[in-house]
Amino acid sequence: MALVYPTDSNKIHPARPFPDYRSTVKRSPSRPLVIVPHTLSELTGPVYGQDTVRAGDSDLTQQHKAEPIGERIIVHGHVRDEDGRGVADSLVEIWQANACGRYIHVVDQHPAPIDPNFTGAGRAVTDRDGYYKFITVKPGAYPWGNHTNAWRPAHIHFSVFGHAFLSRLVTQMYFPGDPLFPFDPIFNSVTDAKARARMVSSFDLDNTVPNWALCYRFDIVLRGREQTPMEN
Amino acid sequence: MSGLTPSQTVGPFFAFGLTPNRNYAWVDTFSNNLVTPDAAGERIRIEGRVTDADGAPINDAMIEIWQADAQGRYAHPRDSRALPNAAFKGFGRAGTDADGVYAFDTIKPGPVPGPDGAPQAPHVLLAFYSRGLLTHLYTRIYFADEAANGRDPILALVPADRRRTLAAKREERGDLTVYRFDISFQPESETVFFDV
Ligand SMILES: [Fe+2]
Repeated sequence: MALVYPTDSNKIHPARPFPDYRSTVKRSPSRPLVIVPHTLSELTGPVYGQDTVRAGDSDLTQQHKAEPIGERIIVHGHVRDEDGRGVADSLVEIWQANACGRYIHVVDQHPAPIDPNFTGAGRAVTDRDGYYKFITVKPGAYPWGNHTNAWRPAHIHFSVFGHAFLSRLVTQMYFPGDPLFPFDPIFNSVTDAKARARMVSSFDLDNTVPNWALCYRFDIVLRGREQTPMEN
Repeated sequence: MSGLTPSQTVGPFFAFGLTPNRNYAWVDTFSNNLVTPDAAGERIRIEGRVTDADGAPINDAMIEIWQADAQGRYAHPRDSRALPNAAFKGFGRAGTDADGVYAFDTIKPGPVPGPDGAPQAPHVLLAFYSRGLLTHLYTRIYFADEAANGRDPILALVPADRRRTLAAKREERGDLTVYRFDISFQPESETVFFDV
């Protein structure tokens, strides 16, 4: 049971550090990572099923007295492993800024309004085929202090589990055609153009609900493959 | 075969969604207390401080741990051995506080099978996320007072002069047993991270 999950596929992830994103410089290992085989510890991981989410957790527009301001959108997609198989019963957590580009987080001091009807957090568990769905509002772009006139392209943060602790993924979903893409070091920390494109959702006209909400599709590919169970 | 979705930083604003801890109008999915009423074994606290390359505390990091129960069994279908602890999941999540400190209340895991059937010393897997880190890092918490560390097949792959960074030191604090596990990016004490 040496290397069970492919490690080559990890190469598309951003490097540590990535100096264009300044905070990475002091928060990255300076020595090479130690290569180790995958053991039962790495190939297992937390199992959280449908009972992890409460009704309504996946609809960020219905968590307060009234609906939030902003462009209502549906965000849905397919979570699959490296062999293209759907990952069932997998927890997907999201968090985001409101339509004005302001987070509810106390540290966010961007002078844009807080929306009393929007927290910006949601969770869902994938169905038996690996699909998830959220209803939310489109987040706004927001400024940050990385360099002069730095703005983050609009994005939704995603945290996804999977078959094993090794398949954990924290990423950001972007929106197609954002003019801020060329200027954002976080987005461009993924240096392979094809891999970068996998972080950009696609506009999904077929699943747009007439007179109600636009739809974006964001598929997620996690590490791992579920083949034969390992013998002990 | 499809390419992976790339990693991006957890950023500075994850707490209201991932570790709200009653500070926001959102309920935690996970907490830093892994102990369930049915979990047999020695109750311990794992605690540590996270510092950047200059030794400054990292106050916006998120830490997740994954571990076996006291008998060394994982609550996962891939571990086909019997599970005596019906409720113990073995997973926890914590954010660091203003001083860069995190803590988990849990039970000490037992030894688990390793490569070629040789047992691994008791350990806890740790995933580290923070603003300024674009791809999360993996490491392992070992327990400094375990004789089995000397025979552990994974520790054997770590340069000998850096193994101490993975050994949590035991201290008794009243009734509480605390294992101290600091995470450091300072060159002289840099924590070993794994390429898995
Ligand atoms: Fe963000």
